[in-house]
Amino acid sequence: MSKQYVMGNGAIALGALNAGVNLVSGYPGTPSSEIIETVAKYPHEGTYLEWSVNEKAAMEVAAAAAYSGARAMVTMKQVGLNVASDPLMSLAYVGVKGGMVVVSADDPGPISSQTEQDTRRFAEFARIPVFDPASPEEAFEMVQDAFAYSEKYKTPVILRPTTRVDHAYASIEAPDTFRARDYEGFVKDSKKWVIFPRLSFQNHAMIEKRNVEIGEDFSSYRFNTVSGSSEKAVIATGVSYAYAAEFLKEHPEIRLIRIGTPYPLPETFLLKALEGVSEVLCFEELSPYIEEKLYQLIGKHQLKINVSGKHSGDVPPSGENDADSARRIISRFLGLPMDEARAETAGAPEPPARPPVLCAGCPHRASFYAVKQAMKGKKAYFCGDIGCYTLGNAMPLDMVDTCLCMGAGITMAQGFYHMDPDAVAFSFTGDSTFFASGITGVVNAVYNAADMILCILDNSTTAMTGHQPHPGTGRNMMATPVEKISIEKLLIAAGVVKVMTVDPLDLEASVAAVKECAAVKGVKAIIFKSPCVAITKPTGKMKIDSEKCIGCLRCIREIGCPALSVSGGKAVIDENLCTGCGLCRQLCPVGAIGGV
Amino acid sequence: MRMKKDIMICGVGGQGTVLASKIIAAAAMDEGNAVHSAETIGMAQRGGPVTSHVRVGEGAYSPLIPVGGADLLIAFEPSEAVRNLRYLKKDGFVIVNRVPVKPTSLGSSEGYDGKREIEYVSSLCRCLVVDSDALCAPFGSSKFFNVAVLGAAAGSKELGLGAETIREEIVRIVPERFRDKNLAAFAAGYQIGENHHANQ
Repeated sequence: MSKQYVMGNGAIALGALNAGVNLVSGYPGTPSSEIIETVAKYPHEGTYLEWSVNEKAAMEVAAAAAYSGARAMVTMKQVGLNVASDPLMSLAYVGVKGGMVVVSADDPGPISSQTEQDTRRFAEFARIPVFDPASPEEAFEMVQDAFAYSEKYKTPVILRPTTRVDHAYASIEAPDTFRARDYEGFVKDSKKWVIFPRLSFQNHAMIEKRNVEIGEDFSSYRFNTVSGSSEKAVIATGVSYAYAAEFLKEHPEIRLIRIGTPYPLPETFLLKALEGVSEVLCFEELSPYIEEKLYQLIGKHQLKINVSGKHSGDVPPSGENDADSARRIISRFLGLPMDEARAETAGAPEPPARPPVLCAGCPHRASFYAVKQAMKGKKAYFCGDIGCYTLGNAMPLDMVDTCLCMGAGITMAQGFYHMDPDAVAFSFTGDSTFFASGITGVVNAVYNAADMILCILDNSTTAMTGHQPHPGTGRNMMATPVEKISIEKLLIAAGVVKVMTVDPLDLEASVAAVKECAAVKGVKAIIFKSPCVAITKPTGKMKIDSEKCIGCLRCIREIGCPALSVSGGKAVIDENLCTGCGLCRQLCPVGAIGGV
Repeated sequence: MRMKKDIMICGVGGQGTVLASKIIAAAAMDEGNAVHSAETIGMAQRGGPVTSHVRVGEGAYSPLIPVGGADLLIAFEPSEAVRNLRYLKKDGFVIVNRVPVKPTSLGSSEGYDGKREIEYVSSLCRCLVVDSDALCAPFGSSKFFNVAVLGAAAGSKELGLGAETIREEIVRIVPERFRDKNLAAFAAGYQIGENHHANQ
């Protein structure tokens, strides 16, 4: 045993390893990505590990392991659970043999996500239990408990951490090596493992009855707690509990109720915890989940309790809670004076806005710029997708007209084509996103005779989430070299009429490729291939000759590279940031930019 | 030595704040403290404002430092110091880099040079202003600033951690080929911090 200082995601990984997990699968997505990476880092024996092509695949791979009596964990972010919802909803009816934990990381804020959806609601929708840790330490314990409950009730179980738990660091006491458990193997039984309407009918009734039992079981679970005995009570879940507990440390008399298992609701526990309470504040993030459960409970048992929270306007409907909002909201609820401990900050200069941008030297910038140049004066639609390249929407590139969800760019471009055949419809899809959910969209385009240009931004990694391998990289999580799956061959096999591969950093060739594709009817593709600058050595540096620079600032106005700025009316390059990609050199009208 | 300290590190994505917070956390643990910390990760990392919260000592239930709770604010950039100043305690200490990172949008990059921000912070708080360009010049890259500023924090005695503990963690955490330059950067920063402390 030793102390490990790990991220919440690392704590989840260590917890799963400590539970003897046999298989871990998942698809990267902030804030969940480091779980699988941590499992890979610790010495373990007998645990199979994979980055699957998407969350649906990951869920199904894990389900088969759980059918075999093995312990399986599948990891994803909350919007990944949407992708995996088809297998999950059915799996809830079929059930499991070995413990199966679905980690779905929510992202209040949202900080790095499309939605502020709440996995607790998803758990209730799927009728499966959910654990809601408040800290990395709890996540470590809860993931082990989740395996035990999963096996006890033969159901998949969700662990729902949020960003501030996933990305918080804490010390975890854990063994130094791990060994996966022995498991029985799959026992054939088609009445059990093959979903049919009759089985679903029977199991649905069983599940509803069972969930009442789980709620009772959870009523004595150690992470459903109450402290203090005041008439006014605060209920909190997840990391909001940590904020509330820290603030209420100086007010131990205040009743603080924490729900660690939001579904099935530990009703008996909650009724007892609420004895003598006249007013309650629900302090939670994302949806007013516990708040609405309280309304149900109060109605069902005809309790006289006033409820404050998101519905009453006391807690904001969107965004994160934090230590400060805990102090403000709970003080107001309890009628406590608000003392200001902070430093004076009146009259502060307004800090500049810093929206996230594509890195200096990012090849995506060059790809977008080439398409923009080639389509100058033409009507075109630019359908973006999920990844670093969503940042191509920022000025001055302004090359992302839409972004909806993983893979949507390819199919939305088709919809725009069908509504407006005179415009040129483009999609921009990263390599990892293409493998995750782009391929069916390409088949749809060819099958339904769309006219569009697929731009595959191939930087040979999954950059946004921390450079995970994917089917095009020739590496997987078991460290065995594997055959690279060729995007080009896939496109040709699907019937794409023209497939070109270009280096986006060669501006002239890239513009020519776009023009050439635009002249052909049907589904065409350009693979813009250049490695991510975050994981490749810079090729050199560019420098601006201030004698030659005429201060037209075309470089800055057109490509928005963070290494470029203005000094004394002329453009200058920050050599700490420059990677020598040379895009600015290719568009300087007076040849003032060159390599050093 | 057991202590209780909330330390906030702020800057712009790519400046290396995460490494600085990792070294502080590891050194604080080596000295027998409970530590919690939190980082900005994901899309916001790409050139956006980033913060690390390092909480040393018992009683920190949550990973985020409350507004008005930080004993020490280490700002890698002038406007980021201003952006996060509300986290500082009334008598808290600020170490701030005077070298600005200009925002990429053309309109705002022209006027901003960080001078007003430095003036503002110095007028309000106990404060040590450092210059990353000058500090890192001997090492050939501003990438060593994250370790140099740790040196300044240790030298100023505001960090509350032993210089030797931090040095050991630098050796353990940074890749070997950058070890010597990082240790030299730490020493250079330490000198500046110590001078500041001596003049108080």
